Amino acid sequence: MDMNWMIFKRVLVSGGKSFLRGGAVSAATVLIMTVTLSIIGSLIFLSALLTFTLNTIKDKVDVSVYFVTTAAQADILAVKSQLEQLPQVQSVTYTSADDALTAFRARHATDQLTLQALDELGNNPLDASLEVRAKDPSEYDSIVKFLEASPALSAGGTSIVDRINYAQNKEVIDRLSLAIAATREIGFAVVILFAFASILIAFATIRLAIYVAKDEIAVMRLVGASNAYIQGPFIVTGIITGVTAAIAVLLLLWPATWYAGVRTQAWFGGFSIAGYYGSHFMLVFAIIMLSGILLGGIASVLAIRKYLKA
Amino acid sequence: MIYFDKVTKQYGDMAALEDVTLSVAPKEFVSIVGHSGAGKTTLLKLLLAEERPTDGNVFFESVDVNDLPSSALHHYRRKIGMVFQDFRLIPNKTAYENIAFAMEAAGRTDDEIASDVPYILELVNLADKTRHFPDQLSGGEKQRIAIGRAIINQPELIIADEPTGNLDPINTYEVVEILKKINELGTTIIITTHNKGIVDAIGKRVITIDRGRVVRDDVDGKYVL
Repeated sequence: MDMNWMIFKRVLVSGGKSFLRGGAVSAATVLIMTVTLSIIGSLIFLSALLTFTLNTIKDKVDVSVYFVTTAAQADILAVKSQLEQLPQVQSVTYTSADDALTAFRARHATDQLTLQALDELGNNPLDASLEVRAKDPSEYDSIVKFLEASPALSAGGTSIVDRINYAQNKEVIDRLSLAIAATREIGFAVVILFAFASILIAFATIRLAIYVAKDEIAVMRLVGASNAYIQGPFIVTGIITGVTAAIAVLLLLWPATWYAGVRTQAWFGGFSIAGYYGSHFMLVFAIIMLSGILLGGIASVLAIRKYLKA
Repeated sequence: MIYFDKVTKQYGDMAALEDVTLSVAPKEFVSIVGHSGAGKTTLLKLLLAEERPTDGNVFFESVDVNDLPSSALHHYRRKIGMVFQDFRLIPNKTAYENIAFAMEAAGRTDDEIASDVPYILELVNLADKTRHFPDQLSGGEKQRIAIGRAIINQPELIIADEPTGNLDPINTYEVVEILKKINELGTTIIITTHNKGIVDAIGKRVITIDRGRVVRDDVDGKYVL
């Protein structure tokens, strides 16, 4: 039998046994680690949620260019194709005056008064428009400038543009983006602080668990065990603790995200926490499991080091 | 085999051992006696390289123990079996595992462990308690497990520091009998004690230490203080 394999196997078995026989101490460290990993997990979900919200808001930003009722469709489409060639532009949607009217009627289908007023007008009061969507919200400025400077907008000296709604939307959008960015930063700061505190607690718990075993370590040294051989089982126990806690967290996240999702989906603008967990399970699994293994392993190495001197 | 050359050990201003010179030959059974605090335990700690002498040298088979690098210490300690007053068993390992651990630490194979451990358990009369944890064993049983662990790797030397200090007379007698048997099989034994009965029952060499100095060294000794 290969020597290293034999040692490896013994270290594994010994670490596993002392985890199982650890009783209350093992249970306490698993519990503490579970709390720590839950906080790290909530960091993942918080990040996903805020990113989603920010993207949703960014998606809502667009610039609408309204054309005077006399503008020819060909002229408008010419502007459209010019805009589409700009590198900052993601998409341009053309809404004809008729389409706008249909949409307006649909939107006010229950509002008889408005519809009656519209009918009495006799003709279509609505403008044709182009909805321009930029690749990045910061590019709207340059797009608007382009539109304002463009000669294609003037047919025979008079501008065919009625109005560009950018300025009025801009302020609201900017404020909202700022608020979300601030929330994100504060939220992250708080959660990272919690994560840091609970990592310290997890470390301290493992240190205590190993402190309990310090006489045992002294005996192992006297019996002639090498440092690596003494250390190994404790690291294995630490890693088993981390893995057990990680599994507990990953299991608990199913009901937790489902419950939280039901309560908050509407509020978070359609973001489903449970859905996110389902679709990103491998990512969450990897982060939580790796955190558990590293936390348990590193804490054990650090804790035992001082009993191995001399 | 063991040679203390003008060894002095100081803790601060206090001299625990002062200018101690003594030697132990292979297969000897040496009792070290003296009051509490006389320096018996310090002597053993120096021999195990748990402490370094302030002055002088400690040799084990011509190797200066204090020249050993810390990476070689665990190899050195495998040559010595230790028995303590407080047993020092590993609490979350069974009787069998406590003994097997010393073999595992020494890198012995699973086959060797499977054949030697039951034999040793038989030798210390605990074949029926293999699966018991230390807190399920009596003091005498724990000490017999500790002796089993000390001898499992066939060390050249057994050091027993007050091995009967926590035991009743019957268990004390049993432990001494086991140690004598081990000595007869060829292992050097150094025991510290302040139990007169034990020293007289062993009837071998007695070194008396008082206030850090060797005051008597009788080849066929009795307990005299």
